[in-house]
Amino acid sequence: MLAVGNHIALDAALFYLFAGMTGASAVGVVACRNIVRAAVCLLFTLAGVAGLYFLLNAEFLAAVQLVVYTGGILIIIIFGVMLTSTSPFSRFEPRTGEVILSLLIGSMLMIALVLVILHSPFPTGDAGGRASNTIETFGQLLLGDYLVPFELASVLLLVVMIGAAYVARGRRAKAAILMQRPEGG
Amino acid sequence: MIGLTHYLILGALLFVCGLLAILLKRNAIGILMGVELMLNAANVNLVAFNHFSHSGSPGTVKLDGQLLAAFVIVIAAAEAAVALAIFLNYYRQFRTIDVEQAIGLKG
Amino acid sequence: MLLHIAIAVFFFIPFTSVIGMLGIWGERRIAARIQSRLGPNRVGYFGLLQSLADGIKVISKEDLIPAGADRVLFRLAPYLTFVPVFAAYAALPFGPDLSFEPRLSAGVFWLLAILSVEVIGVILAGWSSNNKWSMYGAMREACQMVCYEIPLGISIIIGVMTAGTLNLLQLGNLQGGGIHTWIVFRNPFVFTAFIVYFVASLASNKRAPFDLPESESELVAGYHTEYSGMRFTLFFFAEYAAMFVVAAIQSILFLGAWNDPLGLIGYEHHRLTAIGQPHALALLIVNLAAAGIFILKCMTLMLVQMWVRWTFPRPRIDQVLYVCIKVLLPLAFVLLLGAALWQLFVPERAGVPWMDYQPWNVSNWVHNGFGGAWITQMVLAIIAMCGVSVIVGWIIYAFASGRTDHQRLSEATAIPHTIHLHTGLAASAASTNR
Repeated sequence: MLAVGNHIALDAALFYLFAGMTGASAVGVVACRNIVRAAVCLLFTLAGVAGLYFLLNAEFLAAVQLVVYTGGILIIIIFGVMLTSTSPFSRFEPRTGEVILSLLIGSMLMIALVLVILHSPFPTGDAGGRASNTIETFGQLLLGDYLVPFELASVLLLVVMIGAAYVARGRRAKAAILMQRPEGG
Repeated sequence: MIGLTHYLILGALLFVCGLLAILLKRNAIGILMGVELMLNAANVNLVAFNHFSHSGSPGTVKLDGQLLAAFVIVIAAAEAAVALAIFLNYYRQFRTIDVEQAIGLKG
Repeated sequence: MLLHIAIAVFFFIPFTSVIGMLGIWGERRIAARIQSRLGPNRVGYFGLLQSLADGIKVISKEDLIPAGADRVLFRLAPYLTFVPVFAAYAALPFGPDLSFEPRLSAGVFWLLAILSVEVIGVILAGWSSNNKWSMYGAMREACQMVCYEIPLGISIIIGVMTAGTLNLLQLGNLQGGGIHTWIVFRNPFVFTAFIVYFVASLASNKRAPFDLPESESELVAGYHTEYSGMRFTLFFFAEYAAMFVVAAIQSILFLGAWNDPLGLIGYEHHRLTAIGQPHALALLIVNLAAAGIFILKCMTLMLVQMWVRWTFPRPRIDQVLYVCIKVLLPLAFVLLLGAALWQLFVPERAGVPWMDYQPWNVSNWVHNGFGGAWITQMVLAIIAMCGVSVIVGWIIYAFASGRTDHQRLSEATAIPHTIHLHTGLAASAASTNR
């Protein structure tokens, strides 16, 4: 059996690994001017966050994060990048004044947030042990206490599906329908 | 010993990076990436608070933070789909994805 | 923790490599035999070392990156495809005590999640090659894989709903009572869901007949056109490793994981662990037998996947998406509804066989009110066993009666067949024994 000290060292090592990957990739998203490389950095950020969810005893949420964020939203983003890029290596440069002002605002916000976090009396310490079956509780909560948000989320997804398909339809199809051109197949 | 403050500082870093991406990127999809970073920062905060808070009675397992994070993920997915549809229309209209060109009210 | 790392390094990596090698060898031999030719049979017995020879050849090739390609992403893409598949092996249970992480309560969902990261590696491979054929392959592949994840997920949900747990180890334990306790035979909806899962997993794995992304006759080689040498080998290994993982999910969730059709392993394991101090050697033997049965089941499913590949023609991309959205998706929803209603109206036997109930004691089932479940499970199991025995019997008959031998034109009719093109055709067709 693992000694308690070994366990804590393993926890810390894994946290710094995942947090380092997440933080470095987040900085990479901002710094990369090639949009596809920024998307790959975003992939590593999302995967790092999924790893952090595993450490925080949220296994189901980690799997949801991987399926929806990396396997869904990131693919939407990469599709969007490919469909809207004029050349594979086009990059837009922001003006220098903008860069300095943004970095100033960002660093001020970071310092303010870190100060607030360090000086606030949050309740520390572990929750009541490592729960072994969060999925059953998750399911019961979803269909119990949180039933109305669950149903609203499904209605939202239906509306978004129809709306996005309509908005992204394109003008050529609309023109063809208007001109009543007989389309084959 | 990894505590709550570690996760909160990481969440703050993600949030600030998302904000910088929104401010600095001229590509509309880059701005969308910044928004996703900010949502992830909020999710990390939620799940960290859920893990480190003392639940009411020792028998029950409180998962409110994780559920809220799950709903945030669902809404982020919906928003990304709609945003992409809008960006596609924008690209068809202006032949560029640069948001600096969106300076007129017509079209 | 050191033990975990040691297991990962000394078991999973060699296991994945051996599965990759055997998969490639099996693919080439099976493709050859289906196409009436021999396949690799020179290097080692039956050509088993052919993959090793290919690996040595591939290592010595030039490392080639196309001129306009994005160098970082080009190098990164094979790893993005291979690493998620390799990470999925960590969750697979090979026996009742041979699981890397037995407390992973989201087992099946984790496997589904990690396989969906593979899509990004393929898109990046196509994008970073700076080659329009690779781009077409990558876009088709992303579309297809993402669309087929929906019927895949729903058929997994049907199996999980019938079983009642997402934990892979628990799923294996639930099926330890014999062939009628396997989840695929619990109700006819799960039976059909298994077939839906098989088709969707073929498409999600880019296997034929859904292999448009790498369609050899259309797109040169699809998204890995520009890859050569070791990087191409990584893509290949990823494909065969993913085939094994998908077959493993099928066998754990539907086909009884590591259990034999008579329930002996479940019985022995329960008998050995019910007492306080289990006999270490006997437990080891039971676990090794379980691992052997599990790997045998996965390899049989891989064989069926390869068999399907070389039998069916390749549909177009719009036909592929038609099958997904207009055939598999409504079917999956109907099956989900059916399985849910079945669970409401037909009481099913919950619990671990041998521990909570006796699986072969019919009067026990009927006495506790589970007669309907017993009848359904036995009928479906008998139907499946009949079907499998017909297929296996036909294959054995084909090998034994010489129908698989290479048919050659006899010498006397070879020349008339080539000279008399129109009139000789009928005569030679009548004279060759086909």
